[in-house]
Amino acid sequence: MTALPEQASRYEAVIGLEVHVELNTRTKMFCGCATDFGGQPNSRTCPVCLGQPGSLPVVNRRAVESAIRLGLALGCDIAPVSQFHRKNYFYPDMPKNYQISQYDVPICLRGSLTITTAAGEHRVGITRVHMEEDTGKSLHVGTSGRIHGADYSLVDYNRAGIPLLEVVSEPDIRSAAQAQSYLSELRAVVLALGISDAKLEEGSMRCDANISLRPVGHTVFGTRAEVKNMNSIRSLGRAIDYEIARQTDLLIAGEPVVQETRHWNEDAGTTSTLRVKETTEDYRYFPDPDLIPITPAAAQVDALRAALPELPAAQRARLAQDHGLPREQAATLVAVGLAPLFERAVAAGAAPVDAANWLNNEVVGWANERGADPTGVPLAPGDLAELTACVADGTLSKKLAREVLDAVLAGEGSPRAVAAERGLVQISDTGALTAAVDAALREHADAAQRVRDGNDKAIGALVGAVMKATRGKANPALVNQLLRERLSGVDDGR
Amino acid sequence: MDLSACDAATLRTLLGNGDVSAVEVTQASLDRIGATEPHVKAFLRVLDEQALAHAADIDRRHAAGEPVGPLAGVPLALKDILCTAGVETTCGSRILEHYRPPYDAAVVERLRAADAVVVGKTNMDEFAMGSSCENSAFFPTRNPWDLDRVPGGSSGGSVAAVAAFDAPLGIGTDTGGSIRQPAALCGLVGVKPTYGLVSRYGLIAFASSLDQVGPIARTVTDAALLLAAIGGHDPRDSTSIPQPVPDLTAALDAGVDGLRVGVVREFTGDGMEPGVRARVDAAIARLGALGADVVEVSLPHAGYGVSAYYLIAPSECSSNLSRYDGVRYGLRVDGATTEEMMARTRAAGFGSEVKRRVMIGTYALSAGYYDAYYAQAQRVRTLIIRDFEAAYEHCDVLVSPTSPTTAFRLGERAADPLAMYLSDIYTIPSNLAGAPALSLPVGTDDAGLPVGLQVMAPVLGEAVLFRVARALEADLRFDATPTGRNSLAEVLA
Amino acid sequence: MSLSTDDVRHVARLARLALGDDEIVALQAQLSDILAYAEKVGEVATGDVPPTGHAYPLADVLRDDEPRPSLPPDAAVATAPQAEDGRFRVPRIVDEA
Repeated sequence: MTALPEQASRYEAVIGLEVHVELNTRTKMFCGCATDFGGQPNSRTCPVCLGQPGSLPVVNRRAVESAIRLGLALGCDIAPVSQFHRKNYFYPDMPKNYQISQYDVPICLRGSLTITTAAGEHRVGITRVHMEEDTGKSLHVGTSGRIHGADYSLVDYNRAGIPLLEVVSEPDIRSAAQAQSYLSELRAVVLALGISDAKLEEGSMRCDANISLRPVGHTVFGTRAEVKNMNSIRSLGRAIDYEIARQTDLLIAGEPVVQETRHWNEDAGTTSTLRVKETTEDYRYFPDPDLIPITPAAAQVDALRAALPELPAAQRARLAQDHGLPREQAATLVAVGLAPLFERAVAAGAAPVDAANWLNNEVVGWANERGADPTGVPLAPGDLAELTACVADGTLSKKLAREVLDAVLAGEGSPRAVAAERGLVQISDTGALTAAVDAALREHADAAQRVRDGNDKAIGALVGAVMKATRGKANPALVNQLLRERLSGVDDGR
Repeated sequence: MDLSACDAATLRTLLGNGDVSAVEVTQASLDRIGATEPHVKAFLRVLDEQALAHAADIDRRHAAGEPVGPLAGVPLALKDILCTAGVETTCGSRILEHYRPPYDAAVVERLRAADAVVVGKTNMDEFAMGSSCENSAFFPTRNPWDLDRVPGGSSGGSVAAVAAFDAPLGIGTDTGGSIRQPAALCGLVGVKPTYGLVSRYGLIAFASSLDQVGPIARTVTDAALLLAAIGGHDPRDSTSIPQPVPDLTAALDAGVDGLRVGVVREFTGDGMEPGVRARVDAAIARLGALGADVVEVSLPHAGYGVSAYYLIAPSECSSNLSRYDGVRYGLRVDGATTEEMMARTRAAGFGSEVKRRVMIGTYALSAGYYDAYYAQAQRVRTLIIRDFEAAYEHCDVLVSPTSPTTAFRLGERAADPLAMYLSDIYTIPSNLAGAPALSLPVGTDDAGLPVGLQVMAPVLGEAVLFRVARALEADLRFDATPTGRNSLAEVLA
Repeated sequence: MSLSTDDVRHVARLARLALGDDEIVALQAQLSDILAYAEKVGEVATGDVPPTGHAYPLADVLRDDEPRPSLPPDAAVATAPQAEDGRFRVPRIVDEA
């Protein structure tokens, strides 16, 4: 990657994302098999999802509702008539050697998603959202463990037929940062709707990127490469940056970009050719004659629209406006899914900025350490309100409050109860601290003298001594105040 | 009493009265199969043990006063296109040889609930593609009326079994005429019901938008009894009509007086044999004599039916048959790679007619051709439906020959696929329109071979269809016993 | 429509059929004949006539999201030409999907 910046800046990246979202329905798209994760291979299969002769698909109502809800959340038009098509190609993980998908009449069309990056707000068009079925999984047996060089493969159809939504963006994305923001925002919308657990690492959300370059100012698209296998938002950014650099080098060197599918190698940090597209694929799409049209009534669409939850963008704006949160803080709360707990805590009397800080830092940290989902933390809104109040009124220092929070999350009781039980209440009583302050001044006379000589930083050693003597329970602000009073001679005990 | 000579309605009475047992009836059927099968070869598999066990269970329940189904103890020949749990189901193809489905087709469940006794699974053109039963991967079936001739197809095995008096009832499937054409060639009643009236769940698909299961019998009443047993809504088939089967028996004997019968003008040329024309004209004249108002009607686009069909059906079949790839079930021919294994398996497992149609369909759906082929055929389909709708403004039913010819000799049309396709010229339009149609035997030609009259009705018009057929049946008193030179009767005698 | 043998080979590859040269030649003539007949649908002026997929107009046949029993253990692979550890075994895969 040797392109000089001035050469590279002659090109602009044109990026479109195709995101697959695995729905969290109880059953598969076209049969009653459970969608539970794990289990013995091929134990969640039936004649339909195994493609046994004579079996027929029947559409899962909840999957259709999920598709409509996502479409509405993305501002799409919901097609009054949509249809399932067959996408025909042979592959052993596809039980029928065709995938039931949607083609020219998908259920949702023409939406958009607004994203925010350091460069500001940007609208990314959504071409379509359509329904389809997932494939099975192949296990490649051989020394490599990958498909290339495998001796043979073993196929498990437990995943075959699990409902997917494919969200196709317009080629409106211009940078890795925008792509990351788009994926992150789409994920937040999906989580807010509760239609998928949307885990990129586990494959319940998958993202392919179509990337091409063109000279700045041109409107014609360059030849694109499709990049697959990005398993996190971070790898999406890395892969796009790599691919832009690779294509830039080719163009500067006067070499063609080949239309192909490329594989992102996370460890190497590079993309490599997966397969070159021979002309265009010939999927022989045609309407699936086993299925009939989906025609959502306007009233049904209106009812689903009315029942949509607050979406992330609206939620961020409202949190900032109603509670005076800084944008960044509001965005974090929404992103980690703690906005509902935040609002209940505020309703219970918590100071908004304090509550948001506790949630975004300590509570998220606590969940991350345990590999848990922050939205599931065992914290009552009233307890968070009580904790912020304890800090505000000086009952607990920040440090003590962290210890109390851990105990509260461990189920030991309310913050005040824990503090009392453990004797963690902050000492904010002048009388109780006087002896310790005096002892510190005696034992660290040299430090005291340096402060008097004008070295203000030396007071740290004195504060530290008092905190140590009180086992951290002294109110640091009060200790500071008492020390300064003594040292400035207002009341030096003489 | 010769139990195998009895129709289903008679057997119902005998069994209900306790005059005979289900085991006796079943045994009589199995014995008859033993005698006829070497000559006719209607069955791919005779299920004697299973049939006798079912019959014994019916007898036990009958004796104990427990409920039995409406077809209790009536032997039935089942086309090998319907899945039977744990029982080999081949669809007439090498690619499914030894395949034992893990489930029963909806029709098989309903037959079991009706207590019809399945005595065997019958031969057929591979994947129902053919009009002669010669496309079976295993052996051809012969016409009981002339053993050197074909029984028609694709449901040739079920039809030949009923014509041979192996069983009074048969189940076939009809995508372009596969019940009606063999019924006509073997002198039987065969019905293609309204699309969606009988569940396709467990019916191995040929062309999903056209396939329909239907009854085969020697009498109109038996066909009605069987359709009532297998029809009705099934939530496992998205194309199943959410309505009960129309009442077929209430008006069965109401006659045709005052009914308007349309003779389709376009269904009179195209290589129709004189013997067929004579018998069909005579039958139509009888309808007039019985009080029907006979008028001529036109289906202007029906002539494009075969063309549209030979785009739609192969297109759908090319996709439906993709699943036979050597991975999950059926034949596998090894290869160094999965791609090679699949291609070899399919080349070895499919017969030439199946390959031909898969190739046509793959081509017709491939990039650039979809609109001119599949979509255009579907638009022509719309026009054919509109033609029918216009005709039914003036008529209650339409009539035509079922097939332009009587049974042809084995091998006669094997070399010319297109000529074979034209066997279905009169039957295909009803499949495209999703409407019911029936073939009724109306006599024999000069060579003694049966001729069938096709009666067509609007969607869900089965009641009037059966009523017209019953009136004509009662008037013509056709004898379904195959006789004449080189017939089964002659050979057995 | 007249097809070349290359057309027939291309379609055979799409259809995953390993056809012999004699079959290719026979199919070239047969497919050309059949398609010539089928192409008669093009003679019909269809204008804005909508295509019909199913003659009986149904829509929105949907299933409630309630689990139904899957096949019993091992039943799925009971029909398999080759299985290993409860999975369907296939030779090495060359193409990636």
